[in-house]
Amino acid sequence: MLWKEFKKPQNAKLIIDEINRMDIKQVKIMEICGTHTMSIAKSGIKSLLPKSVAIISGPGCPVCVTPSEAIDEILKLAGNKDIIIATYGDMLKVPGLKYGENLEKLKALGANVEMVYSAMDAVEIAKNNPSKEVVFLGVGFETTTPGTAIAIEKAILEKVNNFSVLSMHKLVEPVLRALLSMEDIDIDGFICPGHVAVILGEDGFEFLSEEYKKPSVIAGFEAMDILTVIYRLLIKIRDNDTKLENLYTRAVSKHGNLKAKEIIFKYFEPYDDIWRGIGVIEKSGLKIKDKYKEFDAIKKYSIKITPSSKQNPCRCGEIIKGKMDPIECPLFAKGCTPENPIGPCMVSSEGACAAYYKYQRI
Amino acid sequence: MQLIISIKEFEVTFMDDFITLAYGSGGKKTSELIDEIIVPAFKNSELSKLNDGAILDGKSKIVFSTDSFVVNPYFFPGGDIGKLAVCGTVNDLCMCGGEPKYLSLSFIIEEGLPTQDFITIVNSIKKTAKECNVIIATGDTKVVERGKGDGIFINTSGIGYLIQDGLGREKIKKNDAIIVSGSIGDHGIAVMSARNNLITGSGLISDCQPLHKISKELLKYGEDIKIMRDPTRGGLATTLNEFVEEMNFSILLDEEKIPLKESVINACEILGLDPMYSANEGKLTAVVSGDRAEEILENIKKIPGAKDAAIIGRVVDDYSGKVVLRTLLGGTRVLSKLSGMQLPRIC
Repeated sequence: MLWKEFKKPQNAKLIIDEINRMDIKQVKIMEICGTHTMSIAKSGIKSLLPKSVAIISGPGCPVCVTPSEAIDEILKLAGNKDIIIATYGDMLKVPGLKYGENLEKLKALGANVEMVYSAMDAVEIAKNNPSKEVVFLGVGFETTTPGTAIAIEKAILEKVNNFSVLSMHKLVEPVLRALLSMEDIDIDGFICPGHVAVILGEDGFEFLSEEYKKPSVIAGFEAMDILTVIYRLLIKIRDNDTKLENLYTRAVSKHGNLKAKEIIFKYFEPYDDIWRGIGVIEKSGLKIKDKYKEFDAIKKYSIKITPSSKQNPCRCGEIIKGKMDPIECPLFAKGCTPENPIGPCMVSSEGACAAYYKYQRI
Repeated sequence: MQLIISIKEFEVTFMDDFITLAYGSGGKKTSELIDEIIVPAFKNSELSKLNDGAILDGKSKIVFSTDSFVVNPYFFPGGDIGKLAVCGTVNDLCMCGGEPKYLSLSFIIEEGLPTQDFITIVNSIKKTAKECNVIIATGDTKVVERGKGDGIFINTSGIGYLIQDGLGREKIKKNDAIIVSGSIGDHGIAVMSARNNLITGSGLISDCQPLHKISKELLKYGEDIKIMRDPTRGGLATTLNEFVEEMNFSILLDEEKIPLKESVINACEILGLDPMYSANEGKLTAVVSGDRAEEILENIKKIPGAKDAAIIGRVVDDYSGKVVLRTLLGGTRVLSKLSGMQLPRIC
């Protein structure tokens, strides 16, 4: 099995020893992908690095950054007996503004909520339930958006008119730009998300080095991939080498998956979107184009998602920016746990706080 | 001031107003349900121990246990709900140090269940009961309306004679060894794959099997066996956490030593699941005296169904009350109890 090659402990030891031999002053490296968060936590990488190297989880979990305002609207939809909500599993636990309210609980009360593994499954559910309306919750970055686009295309071709998508899809570049424009940001380098890079290609991350002069390396997901990338980043940061590097060449090409990019922008267009814990970011979300409005749940059900003014003591914004460790948040492991998450970072198992809660509380 | 008030408001822990599927996951929510509702209601000294079964007074000491079985689909690679219903209760009796003798058998059938399916399930029960040398002593059948059940639910209760008294986590000491009787996570991943038709032809098979032979062999070592459990829902991670919770010792596992089938690892990689939290239905984990661990391991490996048994870790006193995993890379991390349900991740 190929993946085994990337888990070899003897290779890891060489790199870890090499990193520990480097004389590193304080360095902050940010990863921006939920799978990286999980892989780092599961393999115990942080426990092997010198204390001076901080690995921070940025806004890389699309489920987590889905705003509670949107969840509240979804919960309202789920209250309609004629609607089936089709969703990826990890959306079930995401809370709305009211503490403890989520899809999992509404399902227990009789709401029609179906867990799917692909957007195409949602179209099938719609075909099998012609008397109901199926709303698919479109979540994810550029990695999952093409799947949603293909589902819309299938629904158009097969005239499945009881299918629509509530798009909460997001784009990686705008949130990174927003993050890097914040005054108090002090990230030294980026571990770029391999999955998104499969779609966007190296092209999608060039701006980090060209415009922001931040050393950045595209990484795969095995522990060895990540360790190697951390090592490369430490060297690049030391040498002030800001050129983008791709160490996930077995999956990521220069220009990415052109077909996938094309289909995203065939059905979707960017708009100003809300991010949980961060706020509104210009042109950071994807909405369905007006031409396909009959498949847009937002239009079909006249949904309005407006930013709430309710204060939340959750510090996810600071954690995502890398200004604070999960454990420093006053809610961490007290009011906010994976069973009853309050902020985005505790929501999905990929979130920074959830991963910290699960794997690192020694 | 505002902030403190808000935090206080969030600090209140509470049970939900109604039961969600998470309460059946075997993790913290299940503990909540048991600790806050069931145990207080039927409080007695045996039930409060929260063992897999009860040891009752009598002329000879007996072990008593019950379990309900709800699995979708009711036929899955490597077994069916009938086999599971016998193995589940038999295994619980074994884990208490008992030798299983009698089972009760109750069916709750959803109308519309094909009779042939029912016959297949009953035959599977018969075969497994014979293999375990247990008698189905009593039973009951109810049928509910279509839509009120998942085809068929089964409850079995079992009685066994006690072979060895005094198994329990209070016996665990520093330097004891942790043994598992074979590969981890097989059942949960096999059922999940069968349910969703996600991964086919991959050799994912449930490990559903009775553990009476393995436990009987272990019990020959008397005081050197501290505790045995079959890590079902919640998986190995959750069971091991139950050994150490609020104790002044901890368990240090060696990831490299944990037996895992390649098919299970691959499926977990694809689905974003963790085999350490996936259910087993034919594996046990035992804490045994460190100095006899190798000898015990060699002997149980000779029993069919335990050939892949392994020593996966030791009891240490470094991080009291926690299970800690030394990863393949040599790093360490906490392995906590399952929180809520294991849900597949999207990216």
